[in-house]
Amino acid sequence: MLSLVPAKRSHSAAAQGGMQASLANTILGEGDNEDVHFADTIKGSDWGADQEVVRMFVETAPKAVRELANWGVPWNRVQRGERHVVISGQKKTICERDEAHGLITARNFGGTKKWRTSYVSDGTGHSMLYAVSNQAIAHQIPVHERMEAMSLMHDGGKCFGAIARNLITGELVAYVAKATVIATGGFGRLYRVSTNAVINEGMGAAIALETGIASLGNMEAIQFHPTGIFPAAILVTEGCRGDGGVLLDAQRHRFMPDYEPEKKELASRDVVSRRMEEHIAKGHGVESHYGEHVWLDITLLGEAHINKNLREVKEICQYFLGIDPTRELIPVRPAQHYSMGGVRTDHRGESPTLRGLFACGEAACWDMHGFNRLGGNSVAETVVAGMIVGEYVADYCDDPANGIDISSGLIGEFWQREDAALDALVKSQGKERAIDLSNRMKDIMTDRVGIFRNGEDLQRAVDELQTLLVRSRDIGIEEKTRAANPELVAAYRAGRMLKLALCVAYGALQRTESRGAHYRQDHPRRDDKNWLRRTLATWVDPDDGLPSLDYEALDVMKMEMPPGWRGYGPEDHIEHPQTAIRSQEIEDIRQRLASTGREEREAAIMSFRHLLPAQLRGHNARLGETD
Amino acid sequence: MDTTAEQRSARRLSFNILRYNPQDPASRPAVQRFVLEEADGMTLYLALTEIRETQAPSLQFDFVCRAGICGSCGMLINGRPGLACRTLTRDLPADISLAPLPVFELIGDLSVNTGRWMRAMSERLEAWVHSQAAEDLEAMEEVMEPELAEQIYELERCIECGCCIAGCGTVRMREDFIGAVGMNQIARFRLDPRDERSDQDLYQLVGDDDGVFGCLSLLGCHDVCPKSLSLQTQIAFLRRKMLRSALER
Repeated sequence: MLSLVPAKRSHSAAAQGGMQASLANTILGEGDNEDVHFADTIKGSDWGADQEVVRMFVETAPKAVRELANWGVPWNRVQRGERHVVISGQKKTICERDEAHGLITARNFGGTKKWRTSYVSDGTGHSMLYAVSNQAIAHQIPVHERMEAMSLMHDGGKCFGAIARNLITGELVAYVAKATVIATGGFGRLYRVSTNAVINEGMGAAIALETGIASLGNMEAIQFHPTGIFPAAILVTEGCRGDGGVLLDAQRHRFMPDYEPEKKELASRDVVSRRMEEHIAKGHGVESHYGEHVWLDITLLGEAHINKNLREVKEICQYFLGIDPTRELIPVRPAQHYSMGGVRTDHRGESPTLRGLFACGEAACWDMHGFNRLGGNSVAETVVAGMIVGEYVADYCDDPANGIDISSGLIGEFWQREDAALDALVKSQGKERAIDLSNRMKDIMTDRVGIFRNGEDLQRAVDELQTLLVRSRDIGIEEKTRAANPELVAAYRAGRMLKLALCVAYGALQRTESRGAHYRQDHPRRDDKNWLRRTLATWVDPDDGLPSLDYEALDVMKMEMPPGWRGYGPEDHIEHPQTAIRSQEIEDIRQRLASTGREEREAAIMSFRHLLPAQLRGHNARLGETD
Repeated sequence: MDTTAEQRSARRLSFNILRYNPQDPASRPAVQRFVLEEADGMTLYLALTEIRETQAPSLQFDFVCRAGICGSCGMLINGRPGLACRTLTRDLPADISLAPLPVFELIGDLSVNTGRWMRAMSERLEAWVHSQAAEDLEAMEEVMEPELAEQIYELERCIECGCCIAGCGTVRMREDFIGAVGMNQIARFRLDPRDERSDQDLYQLVGDDDGVFGCLSLLGCHDVCPKSLSLQTQIAFLRRKMLRSALER
């Protein structure tokens, strides 16, 4: 395993709020199951997700939570009897069942019908990451830290590992492998205002793109989280709102119910973020030295709750804002948060065009989030994809057909190409500074490829990013060493980041509809008729100025849940001609098979269980279910 | 309030940074001074990034989350171990000295190899749940008392930043001392019923002078822990338990 940083420093540690899995242990999750989780995720995705993959995910998520419990994650547990909760700003008393006592509990999150988000205080990602990392140590899996993959080795059809650079010594190493997995997370640092860790620059996706063969899916699908603290854009968890916190404007008016009477603060993230910006644009933002923001109020949750379940939030507020959130309001504004797009793979995690190359987690687009990810589905995806894709990678390696069939000559060529490129960069007399180019890119992305998009701004963004890409070929550096050298790192990453930024901006320009987090002011409706398809970006020739875009249609006739209204946001989409036909077909199947078992209905509507690795196909046990 | 902020933001800050690149045979350790104008809300993360962008492109340091969560950016801030990302310059005097954490292998300037140290510690203490139970992922999970889960999390909040090791007197005398981070791990797994190891098993791992009996109780670890873990209590408790387990053998 190669890692830019020690594995436990990875950005998953910052996922505070929790992981969705339909365990249905808490009384407020009663009645939850895979079907409900599936529907929430599809609606959240604005029907952009691959429904088979979502099914695989929701079936595996409970297994993943339970496996993590075995590995030591101290999931918060159900306490029997009465307890006080805040729901939509109101204090309520609920009563947990005796038989649920000690089972894994859940909190509320946006865009979900049930309380489904398992959590460990607000350090969920930290605990999950440590448990998994400790297992890697237990199994003596070597982790080569501070290694950066610079390019993928391939023969045009198959991938055979990567050329990596040791970030301490500068040494270039060829890691030759049967199978290569990209699990490098997202690329939030293309944006100036992002909750992401500073290492999230998308280099995994970028080197896949630079093969010219692997494609990136739905790169324009970028999520903005409603509650980045203002102005530092550090995340405070959705758990703040899930646990009952509310959003207030300059007049201390709770404005979300005006826009979203049903889900209020707990509509999906894309919707809440847009409503916040809309409200600020109407003049209701709170003025400050750095610009406008709104308030997040968690004071109503009480000091005891905050100290126990939202203490990372409290620490962040104390250290970065100098405020006490048990008594004071938190200044927040939406910030770039998540990349739904990434390396396009099939349901097994493998690139359909470059065999032996796998991807999983935020780096991948297999594609379970479509155009908007639900809160609590990200760390859930990482472990679920690890379980599923990990099995398929092992199968791939076991198959005798997949040997290391790459010549040493070709390995040498890849190594020499990287070596020459780094030498050229160190010796370059170029006049451009990488930091200037990437800072400009971040401004463009935040200002013109953000929450609200339009054709004119996107065109300007694409034009300017193209200019920056050309300029990036003339970068020079002051510090002329190949060993540890942050300036050299910034220099070779700049061009790669610009290519990713162009995939995002150009994809957004071409997509003349609004779907999930991709919102076009000049095309405000979701257009299933023309745009129920996934964007695929490839970078065919290194000298190209733009990615080549291709589209992959989503087949309505195979969907378990044909496109409809999400239950929040506007209800004005343009219907796909097959939606009505498929809806009728499903209705007929349901009636015809009403008296049969779940298995038959499942197989008749959308068969997916066979797509899972054999040991993950079983049904998940739930309280009170006898099956 | 505003005027104070304005006055503060007008400060000129001196950063005296201990620089050394062990990769470069010509490099000698030296303090280099950088001057920056203070900005409102400036953290050491923002300041160091600005120094690198405008004055010293080769300056090495480590930040990942920049939110006090990942533990990458431990360094000596005016002589005291702490997380740089969440240290606001307004809480510091205008003269700020920065040095890498001691004890750990130096990568360059302010960057140290805590990753390797922590991995070795985890391997030595077998810091993972030891369980022989067969896994059935389809079945209901084992129950756990809610309070116990919370207590385990209290100890699991450690982010392995290395500040406790940098603040430890004992580790200067005993190179192999496991430090507070290690003892906290033992306390964490000892508390976890899913870990089947007995006190005797744990005694084998830490019942010597490189473990719980080496600690001189100077408790620098407790004072500098960025997560305010109850290290003092854990160490004392563990020592008592291990002593008892030794006597019972």
